Amino acid sequence: MNDLAAYNFAYLDEQTKRMIRRAILKAIAIPGYQVPFASREMPMPYGWGTGGVQVTASILGPDDVLKVIDQGADDTTNAVSIRAFFQKVANVAVTTKTKEATIIQTRHRIPEEPLREGQTLVYQVPIPEPLRFLEPRETETRKMHALEEYGLMHVKLYEDIARNGHIATTYAYPVKVEDRYVMDPSPTPKFDNPKMHMSEALQLFGAGREKRIYAVPPYTQVVSLDFEDHPFEVQKFDKPCALCGAENVYLDEVVLDDKGGRMFVCSDTDHCEDRRAHGHAGALLARPTQESQEAAE
Amino acid sequence: MHLRDGVRLPVVANVSFSVKAGECVVLGGPSGVGKSSILKMLYGNYGVDEGQILMEHDGRLVNLADAEPRIVLEVRRTTLGYVSQFLRVVPRVSALDIVAEPLQARGVTAAEARDRAAELLARLNLPKELWALPPATFSGGEQQRVNIARGFITDHKILLLDEPTASLDAKNRTVVVEMIAEKKETGTALIGIFHDEEVREAVADRIIDVSEFSPRKHAA
Amino acid sequence: MSAIPLLKVNDVSKFYGSRIGCRNVSFELYPGEVLAVVGESGSGKTTLLSCLSTRLMPTSGIVEYHMRDGQYRDLARMSEAERRFLMRTDWGFVHQNPADGLRMTVSAGANVGERLMAVGDRHYGNIRASASDWLRRVEIEEDRIDDQPRAFSGGMRQRLQIARNLVTSPRLVFMDEPTGGLDVSVQARLLDLLRGLVHDLGLAAIIVTHDLAVARLLSHRMMVMKDGAVIEQGLTDRVLDDPREPYTQLLVSSILQV
Repeated sequence: MNDLAAYNFAYLDEQTKRMIRRAILKAIAIPGYQVPFASREMPMPYGWGTGGVQVTASILGPDDVLKVIDQGADDTTNAVSIRAFFQKVANVAVTTKTKEATIIQTRHRIPEEPLREGQTLVYQVPIPEPLRFLEPRETETRKMHALEEYGLMHVKLYEDIARNGHIATTYAYPVKVEDRYVMDPSPTPKFDNPKMHMSEALQLFGAGREKRIYAVPPYTQVVSLDFEDHPFEVQKFDKPCALCGAENVYLDEVVLDDKGGRMFVCSDTDHCEDRRAHGHAGALLARPTQESQEAAE
Repeated sequence: MHLRDGVRLPVVANVSFSVKAGECVVLGGPSGVGKSSILKMLYGNYGVDEGQILMEHDGRLVNLADAEPRIVLEVRRTTLGYVSQFLRVVPRVSALDIVAEPLQARGVTAAEARDRAAELLARLNLPKELWALPPATFSGGEQQRVNIARGFITDHKILLLDEPTASLDAKNRTVVVEMIAEKKETGTALIGIFHDEEVREAVADRIIDVSEFSPRKHAA
Repeated sequence: MSAIPLLKVNDVSKFYGSRIGCRNVSFELYPGEVLAVVGESGSGKTTLLSCLSTRLMPTSGIVEYHMRDGQYRDLARMSEAERRFLMRTDWGFVHQNPADGLRMTVSAGANVGERLMAVGDRHYGNIRASASDWLRRVEIEEDRIDDQPRAFSGGMRQRLQIARNLVTSPRLVFMDEPTGGLDVSVQARLLDLLRGLVHDLGLAAIIVTHDLAVARLLSHRMMVMKDGAVIEQGLTDRVLDDPREPYTQLLVSSILQV
């Protein structure tokens, strides 16, 4: 017997997968509602995406193509480990290309490439309760969700404006789903919030430590909370991506040397590579090319 | 009268009298005979065990002896005024505002009520520098004048006076006598207790001897 | 005062097992009327307040409230959503300990503005202007609007709690020992402030207190409770100046004269 035989397909046993699928179905039926589920111990520490991994394991089939990103990148430790994990326990095809993936597990980003029908985005969620910041009692927050008492969410935004002159919340920015439940979109930058609205793809959220699953089905309204005189706005970047020249994408700051040199590049590595492959070039790539041409002459 | 340990002290019994509009009736008799108690019963401040206290209020007859608290308060606000022997001071409220309050309670604007209050305090010779202060630290006579101004500022149809001139000097006593005369002219019914014989002579249309209502006398 | 009661309380009792919380309490409260409930600790006054304000379910009896739509509603038959909505719009509750009624970790402005946001106000500028106006009305300097109540004195906290409750123009406010635990001079200021607000806003209020001076200053009517039952009630000055029941006489004669 080889090593694989010791595990069921996709690591979790079938009963557990059924239990999680039921939770997922319920979550899809009640968009934005946090469904409790019996979270299992996974072979990784909490905070490394145990919730997302359980959701992915429960929906993964042999024909799926899996992509895993961490902060937009396919090549960081967390993404590489989880991708390797599912290659090993499910033997599924993996990819870094957003277009090719059927399931994308993500930590803290939504790909720049618009998602299509048939794709599923699985979020890793650390704290699923958006009201937790101001109301520590779980009994009370549940009641507030049940009775749609969401004044407290605006108290948080009010505090932001009072302190900073504008809504300074930049990630985990609360949204209202289908005009009913207020939901924490996990610590994605608020830049990605508009992508959730009327998305063609199914969005599933798994919080392993907190034992909650919630979902946004395709074509669902997702509206970011705001004030009339302080409307919701996404971050804007002064410069395009230094590598691919993309504008209106979310950029990461990369420190280049110890002399204060830095560049802003796409946080979505696949998007950046795809653009470069199609001949787009940012300021940093354009210049060396020119220099090398000069050197050749 | 009920004081403590459930001891019931019969004070007055079978008190019967009536007062017409524009009339000033003085309750007479030696002290301790129950004059103040009668006045307090008329105001609803003391409970009435038996009998009726009928007064015309807002075009109807109200029996104050068994009226609900909110009716008593309504009668006090518009019909029944009271100048007590001692001023009950409210923390932090100025003399001027204490005087103006009953007018404001009847819907007069704050500015107008204060103007009227200022007129009355001036007439009663209360030094102007005291008006803005809470009267807790005033002398007896000064507090009494604030009290009188508060009682006289409105056009209540019935006014109860419990020794309003007791701690006043001759000059201010005269002012109060004048003010009582003016109230009578405007058709106010007044019931008062005045120990000062001079004042009593000046204001009384009729004197009722309260010792007539002594419970001992009735028992006998 | 209106002729239609705001609150109708009919034969309300609350038992904790075999122990009596309060029993057979009936009264009506009219708009603009301030009722003081006095008695020693353990007399049932706080239990009664909890039953009236739906924080406790009475064992028996009916409490009806005259809603803004003109209908009487049996509080026990209302859904929890309706009760909670009532609590944060048409009612107020002032706790003895301000920390129980405030959010200590958000600013004074947000504390006052929360009820407005809860009923759907979504204009930051307007919410802040109302908060600022209410801080002024309760004599808190407007430049403290962004400070947390943790940085406030006891008296300021209590005033902030009052502002937080009154911002939605409630018609009925419950107060549980609102001046308890404050210095005398701070108490005097708070009482004066409450007196003015209650009068200006035409509020109906039920104030539980063991302090007869508070009752005298704030209330129109009084109920005296002993062993869970109302033993005497009436006009405040009548009860205090001519107490009929031996227990009330004892209470009144126990006041320290200054």
